[in-house]
Parts: sequence; C-alpha cells; structure tokens
Amino acid sequence: MNRINRIVTPVVLFVALIALAGCGNNNKNRPLPLEESAPAVTAPAAAPTAQITATPTLVMKGDQVQLNWRTTDANTVSIDGIGEVPTTGVKTVTPTESTSYHLVAKGDGGTVEASTRVTVNLPPAVVVPTTTMSAEQEAKAGIQDAFFDYDTYDIRGDAQAILSRDASFLVSHPELKVVIGGYCDERGSSEYNLALGQSRADAAKAALVTAGVAANRIRVISYGKEKPFCAESTEECWQLNRRAGFTLDR
Amino acid sequence: MKALLRRYFFVLTALAICAAVPAAAQDWIHTGSNLGSERIRIAAADFKLASNDPQAPALKAAFDATLYSDLAYAGIFDLVSKSLAPQATPGSPQEINLAQWSDAPSGAAMVAFGAVSVNKGRLAVQGWLDDTRNTANPQVLGKVYNEEATQDAARMIAHRFADEIVLRLGGGINGIAETKIYFVSSRSGSKEIWAMDYDGQNQHQVTHLGQIAISPRISPDNSRLAFAALDDRGWSIRMFSLDLNRLVSFPAGTAGGSNLSPAWSGDGAKLAFSSSRSGDSAIWVADASGSNLHRVTNFAGPDVAPTWNPKTNLQIAWAGGRTGEPQIYTMDQDGANVQRLTDSGYAVSPSWSPSGQFLTFSWNRKYGPGAPGGQDIYVMDIASKRWLQLTHDAGSNDYPSWAPDSRHIVFQREIGKHIEIWSMLADGTEQHQLTQTGNNSMPNWSWQ
Repeated sequence: MNRINRIVTPVVLFVALIALAGCGNNNKNRPLPLEESAPAVTAPAAAPTAQITATPTLVMKGDQVQLNWRTTDANTVSIDGIGEVPTTGVKTVTPTESTSYHLVAKGDGGTVEASTRVTVNLPPAVVVPTTTMSAEQEAKAGIQDAFFDYDTYDIRGDAQAILSRDASFLVSHPELKVVIGGYCDERGSSEYNLALGQSRADAAKAALVTAGVAANRIRVISYGKEKPFCAESTEECWQLNRRAGFTLDR
Repeated sequence: MKALLRRYFFVLTALAICAAVPAAAQDWIHTGSNLGSERIRIAAADFKLASNDPQAPALKAAFDATLYSDLAYAGIFDLVSKSLAPQATPGSPQEINLAQWSDAPSGAAMVAFGAVSVNKGRLAVQGWLDDTRNTANPQVLGKVYNEEATQDAARMIAHRFADEIVLRLGGGINGIAETKIYFVSSRSGSKEIWAMDYDGQNQHQVTHLGQIAISPRISPDNSRLAFAALDDRGWSIRMFSLDLNRLVSFPAGTAGGSNLSPAWSGDGAKLAFSSSRSGDSAIWVADASGSNLHRVTNFAGPDVAPTWNPKTNLQIAWAGGRTGEPQIYTMDQDGANVQRLTDSGYAVSPSWSPSGQFLTFSWNRKYGPGAPGGQDIYVMDIASKRWLQLTHDAGSNDYPSWAPDSRHIVFQREIGKHIEIWSMLADGTEQHQLTQTGNNSMPNWSWQ
C-alpha cells in the first residue's frame, strides 16, 4: 500500500496540476453569474480611449504622412504641434524631421494619451562634386541604406528606388568600392539572423549589379543583430535595424 | 484502495471536469526522455572526516556538497533529503548500520558513504555504495581517489564518484558530472568562447580574439573547438585546439560569404556548417581536416544551425527559411529525403539527442510582428513528430544543447535583454541557472 501510494501520489498530483491549470484557463473566459444578475447602478462616466497611427512610419524628407486617429468618450482632442482636432479624423502632414505625434483626449471619465512616431530619412543630397568633400563624405551623401520588412530579404518598393539611386551614384563614381552590411532587428535567433542579414545584403548587391555596378566593387558582410543601429524594442527601431547598410571599402 | 480513492477524490473530480472541456494545446504531452518513471531512492551520507589536517574540513564540505548536488540532479534518483537522513557518518563498510538507512524516514534503497582525509598536501577519498536491502553482500561499489588537496580536486573527485554511481544504477549510461559546457560570454568586453563545469563551477575564458566569436561546438573527443568569428572580411569557421591552446587551420571555413554555425558529426570525422559562399545561404559539409568540402542543401533563403544525428552520423537536422519564417528540417547527409518537422511558427537551433530519438529546438509557435515573447525550448520525438514544451512563461529561450546522457539539456534564457545559461532535465524540470555575470549565450554541452 505504501509503495502504491509512493508511485501514485506524484503521478496523480502532476496530472491534477495540469488538469487544474487547464480548468483555470477555461473558467477565466466564463462570466461570473453574480455579475450577470447584479442590478444596474448608475455607471460612472466611461474613460476615454484613443488611438493614433501614421502611414507610413518611415519616409524621406519632403514625403507626406497620413495621420489617423480615433477616440471614444472624449470631449476635446488635441495633437501636439497641430492643436485641437476632431475626436476622430485624418490629416496629412509633411514632417521635416523624425517626429512623435502625441495625442491627448479628455473626457468626463478622464484623460488618455496616445502617440505614434514617424522616422524621416534625409533625402539624397544633390551631388555637387566639390574639392572640399572627401570621398567618404560624398559617398555618405550619395548612397542611401535600403530597408526591409520583418523576417524577409525581398527588396520592397522604397528600397528598390533607393538602390537605383545608389547604383547611378556608384556608376558615376567608378573609383569607389563599397561594403554592404546586412542587419536585422533584435527579434528571433542570432544565428538565423546572421544568415538572414547575409541574404538581405546579397539581395541589395544583386540589385546594384543588375543596375550596372561591377560585382567586384561590392563586398558583403552580415552583422545580423550583432551591431544594431538602434537599441529600443519598438517597431520604429526594429525597422531602422532591418537594413542593407553601406560603407566605403578601402 | 478505498482510502486511495478517497484521497484522490478531489483531483479525480478535477480531471473529470477538465475532460469534459475540449483539450487545449497539446503542450504537456510527455514524449519520454530516458527518465525512468520509478526512481531509485538513494541517500548520500556526509563523509567522515578522517584526518586532523586544517585543510580537510573545507575540502570535505566541498566534496559533500558536490556529491549531493550531482546525485540530486542526475535525473534518475529520489535523493533522501538531508533532514531525513541519519546523522551518522560511517567512514567504512564496517561502520555502517544499513537498517538505519533503509528504515523510515530515510527509506533508502542505496546509500553512498565514505571518508575524506588530507595528508601532506594530498586529498584521499574512499567512497562506497551499498545496497541496503542486500545485507548479506551489500557493496555495489568501492572507490579510492587520491589527488592534490585543492577545492577543484575535491569537486572533481565528487563528480567522478557520482558518475560511477550513475553508471552502475542508471542503465549503463555514463553520468555527466565530469562533462563541460562551452558558451559565449561578453564579460571580457567582446564576445569570446568560455568553458565551465556542467554545474556552472570553474568558469574560464578559452579564446582571446578581441572580435566577435560565437557558436562554439566542442569536438566529440574534447580536443578541438569549432566556432564562428567575425573579422573585417566577414564570418568564418575557426578551429581552436584545446591541446595546443591556440587556433589551428581550418581552410574550408574561410572562403567568402558568411560561414556560420559549425556542427561535428558524432564520430568527429566531419563538420557541417552554413555558408553563403555560392551566393545563397546553404548547409555545407567538410571533413574535419577541411577537405572534401561540398554543398548539401539547395533552397532559397537562409539555411543555418545544422546538427548531426550522433547515433548514425547519416542524417542532419537544420533550420531553413525557404517558406518564410524558419522551420526545422531533417535530411540524409547527402541532401536527400528532406522532411519538415515543425508545422508553423518560428523554429530554430536544433540539437539532436545522443540517443538519436529526439530533437530539442527553440520554437515560437505564435511568432509575428508585435507578438509578445513565447520563444521556448521543445523536445520532439522525430519518428512521431510528437512534441513536449519544456519551458513556459519564462523569458525568451534559445540554443538548447543535449548532454551526452540524453537526460539533460542546457540552453540560454533572455529576460529583459539579459541572457544567462540554464540547464534542466529533458522533461523541463529541475531548471538551474548556471551563469550570473555579464551576458552568456549559445551553450554547447561536451560529448563526454
């Protein structure tokens, strides 16, 4: 008997633990009967809710961005830098630098805030060959980094446009050699991200070669998530880290 | 039996209620992991102090603590807790009263005991293992050790004695108390390869490259360490000789593109690794000397983290991204017979069990932009594709690596951008944090 107890006790307790855990989860979704039958009392004013989004969140300087916001139970709504706005609306803005759009909604039930951030990249500088510009400064001004979507190495539309401009710059500066670094955001496994970063840098190289840049002028190194540009755990920061980044090769 | 039923009435009722609702995710299915369901009840007596040397008490304490934790963590014993064990410290078979150990509350079927002495700078340990129910001929094991009198030696002797006990009582599988774990640490300022004992003791730096060194993989004979390192030309597979204490040549690992995630075959004859030298990331295989290099996979997208079936050395599992997020695949070593093992999510970092039966890997089953956490360690039975989730709701977990006994797994756990190394039994129990200082990642358990 003692022996049976010794074996059965842990087994049954273990199974029961799982069973109870499972049950707990299920019960969570069921409303308590008490609440259903509770008599209605005068409800306090509902707390306002607010949401704001920007599309796209990554633009070149001079590009337009559409802000979308929606609130409930709010009397006055304002956005920093814009002023008072309708409780729900759409507005097109042209940020000149990276900007956080911060929305405050006030209602009888309190105040709530929401914000979204738009990252603005500098436009490609008009390339004016001057004697004062070093090759490095010139390349920095003339070659833009290309950005990628989550867990992919496909060249998306904005990156294709950037890489076309990069290719024409390189074609007109045949003395320059470049290294393309492949970078990833912090999510996922570092070994896999090194392979993914390699695929991103290889894809950027292929786009340049297709556009007429000699393959032997381009080296590729993957940095995965080993050398991030931005350390925060935000969608904006992740986007900045998913890139093919250029440096001059010496 | 009636009493039993009464005792478990509550839990049986709970089970019945739960059975009535649809089963949730199959998170807790047990695939088995060499961990017997019936564990041997064993007691570890404090050893007898058999000399007056002033060093002896500290060394005896280190020995007792190490032997106790080795047996507790072996995964096959029900160790009698110190509070239930008799106070006696029998120093020899003549001094032990077996009934004292086999009776309640100790109830031990086996008891380990012996004596520790220090004499002229030498540490001597005599250890025995007795079967308490075989009073006529109780001795299962008797060992004598003699080493320099240091803390390291006291721990090492305890590890050896523990491994002897595990070998005798654990179905002929060697214990792991003498094994090492290799890992990446940034505590010197750059990512270098480090090593430690299996229990986290004796942590020391192996490489001093001042670059980024990752993905350490120790050779099956403990002589060489393969890893990936970044220099200004990119990633290459490097080889460090532990015998010579310096880098040695591995020419196959350096020819352009990213060369990542090396993996030894179980016989030490071959290395598989990821290389993009042909323009797309793929799995390549070379002899350990670096010759006979050839490409094995041919799929678009990243292919990394190969691991050999160490039982047959004929198959390789790896993480491939040809359908988008990475999944775990297996194939024959020539690239034929590709099988996909994971159905969805983000699955990486496979490690093949020494028994050949299981893969452990890191899997985020709900991975996607904005999804919270959820990267956990799983074990999958390869033949049936049934799996068991080992970690739950504790950080982001990656790089599981099997111990040679197929009973233990070491892995990294990241909580709030802080990464440390943990080990556990292969059913997810007994999780122990092994590193505390700096960021430590990518552990690799030695083969012996």
